[in-house]
Amino acid sequence: MKLKSLAAAVCAAALATAAQAEMKVGMITTLSGGGAGLGIDVRDGFLLAIAQSGRDDVEVVIEDDQRKPELAVQAADKLIQSEKVDVMTGIIWSNLALAVAPAAAAQGKFYLSPNAGPSQLAGRGCHENYFNVSWQNDAFNEAAAVWANENGIENVFLMAPNYPAGQDMIAGFKRFFEGTVAAEVYTKLGQTDYAAEIAQMRASDADTIYFFLPGGMGISFMKQFAGSGVEKTVMGPAFSFDQGILGAIGEAALGVKNTAHWSKDLDVPGNAEFVASFTETFGRLPSLYAAQGFDTALLLLSAMEKADVKDADAFRAALREADFQSVRGDFAFGPNHHPVQDIYMREVVKEGDVVTNRVIGVAATDHTDAYAGDCKM
Amino acid sequence: MSTVLLIEQLLNGVQFGLMLFLMAAGLTLIFGVMGIINLAHGSLYMVGAFAAAGVAAATGSFTLALIASLAAAAAAGALVELTVIRRLYARDHLDQVLATFALILIFSEGTRWVFGSFPLFLDVPAALAGPVTLPGGIQYPLYRLFIIVAGLVVAAGLFLLISRTRIGIRIRAGEADREMIAALGVDISRLYTLVFALGAALAGLAGALVGAIQSVQVGMGEPVLILAFVVIVIGGIGSIRGAFVGALLVGLTDTLGRFLLPVIFRAFMDPSAATSAGSALASMLIYILMAAVLVARPTGLFGKA
Repeated sequence: MKLKSLAAAVCAAALATAAQAEMKVGMITTLSGGGAGLGIDVRDGFLLAIAQSGRDDVEVVIEDDQRKPELAVQAADKLIQSEKVDVMTGIIWSNLALAVAPAAAAQGKFYLSPNAGPSQLAGRGCHENYFNVSWQNDAFNEAAAVWANENGIENVFLMAPNYPAGQDMIAGFKRFFEGTVAAEVYTKLGQTDYAAEIAQMRASDADTIYFFLPGGMGISFMKQFAGSGVEKTVMGPAFSFDQGILGAIGEAALGVKNTAHWSKDLDVPGNAEFVASFTETFGRLPSLYAAQGFDTALLLLSAMEKADVKDADAFRAALREADFQSVRGDFAFGPNHHPVQDIYMREVVKEGDVVTNRVIGVAATDHTDAYAGDCKM
Repeated sequence: MSTVLLIEQLLNGVQFGLMLFLMAAGLTLIFGVMGIINLAHGSLYMVGAFAAAGVAAATGSFTLALIASLAAAAAAGALVELTVIRRLYARDHLDQVLATFALILIFSEGTRWVFGSFPLFLDVPAALAGPVTLPGGIQYPLYRLFIIVAGLVVAAGLFLLISRTRIGIRIRAGEADREMIAALGVDISRLYTLVFALGAALAGLAGALVGAIQSVQVGMGEPVLILAFVVIVIGGIGSIRGAFVGALLVGLTDTLGRFLLPVIFRAFMDPSAATSAGSALASMLIYILMAAVLVARPTGLFGKA
């Protein structure tokens, strides 16, 4: 109910001021189908920040991509050509971002990525109008490897789906990990049964399982791993352990270590207020994705304070300053418009009846990505 | 590679195969008796899983959850048969595919509307949680053994139902000659509703059993549906025995392929190339199996020409 009234309020505000809206934002995100939880969190976080700013001159046009690249491209054409938006944002998946963001940036639109961070757009394919407000795909994994080195993890079993993001994540971990890799297993994208892989884990001499399995794949794996009786430490990037998923895994995830740039208990200015207002407005705890949506809107609002979007050079400079209080703490853009930020190690714990994450330490300070050197902007 | 690991993987393959059988049996029954290609079978699997998750969350009882999954999927199946499928018997397969594909979209968005976009929680009951030690020192999850037993019980029940009961005779008769059995005074439309509900209930049971160790989410049925189609094509469309043999073949091929191929490739390739080539080939293996079966026997292993 509250979600609907908030969305209605934003829409009404948008309608009332459509004639003099200073800023028109086109959001393409996943609102139906299997991955909808992520897109809904990004959207809700974004709209919450806009609503809290009290500005009535921001109009947000929202399109659903259903996680399909061709629909995302159609939506982008519509937003650019008939809606004539100034700024675009919202895409969750790397393959969709690669289909939409470069074309939008080349047509003079600003694109603020609230989630996907494919290496291509951080390196050679970077663009002055493309800003990533979340992370580069490798980042959480590199930080996890640094943490593993410092915490006596010597022998890992690596697992990820056999597709570009999965290979990026494992490559990111191996880039910094100094111990032994016992095995490296690539599974089918969308695989739901991991019995064969778990049997190999049981037989291997690895002390730690490191895996990247986003969404439903991670839920399936964790439940099956917990039932198998294999006693090994489990680690991974936060995507398999965010708030939207933990409810479905339950206690099977307790004790798992995962890296992220944000956590709901992170003690930085504005974070507690964000968590409280999000929970109150939507009736659920915010996830990583919600925090990223919120930060993306804060970045946009901060740039609007300083420059008019019609003056592209001034607006770009204002975005680059990243002059906003991120709910993840210090935030700055590197030379390729990707974040320079701290990455934390979190542990899955139970608070009352809720399975959630708690920060247990810093995995990497002022972490930047490995591709900036290839970026000629 | 030890014998223990190999036996564990064989058990995994059998368990995966029996789970596929629950899906494929309903699909092949519906096609064999009614001549309907039901793409919405995966949605009935999802309905079963969501019903089980909902009831388990409300009551805390896994038994009630399983009963609810059977009931909800059977009811959804009967409803779909009465309102949509009934109008499609006389149409060609393309119309059936189109209509049942529309049903997938309706079920998916309907489920999302009722339960929300986030995956639901459904856990293995405490009595079946954790591993057991089998003879030979093999540790194996108890719940997976339970799925193996449940799959075998359902398979045996289905064989008895088809071969020993009056309903089974009618189902077989309907498969052989639907005009004749109607002329003999059997209420064919009621038989069809019953068969469809039975197939749906099996899918729903599979969804609930598997939902406890996988992710209960919108769209969970479609990947399994594709595998179930592979199973019934290999087994011969319309044959329950074929579905059983095909399901075990697919389950074992997929599980052992995922595990053995990278190991085999490592014998003559460097490890990273072996891993990627092995994984890539493993994900194609069941389709290669299907193609090979179709070349040797175009109607499937137990199919009638």
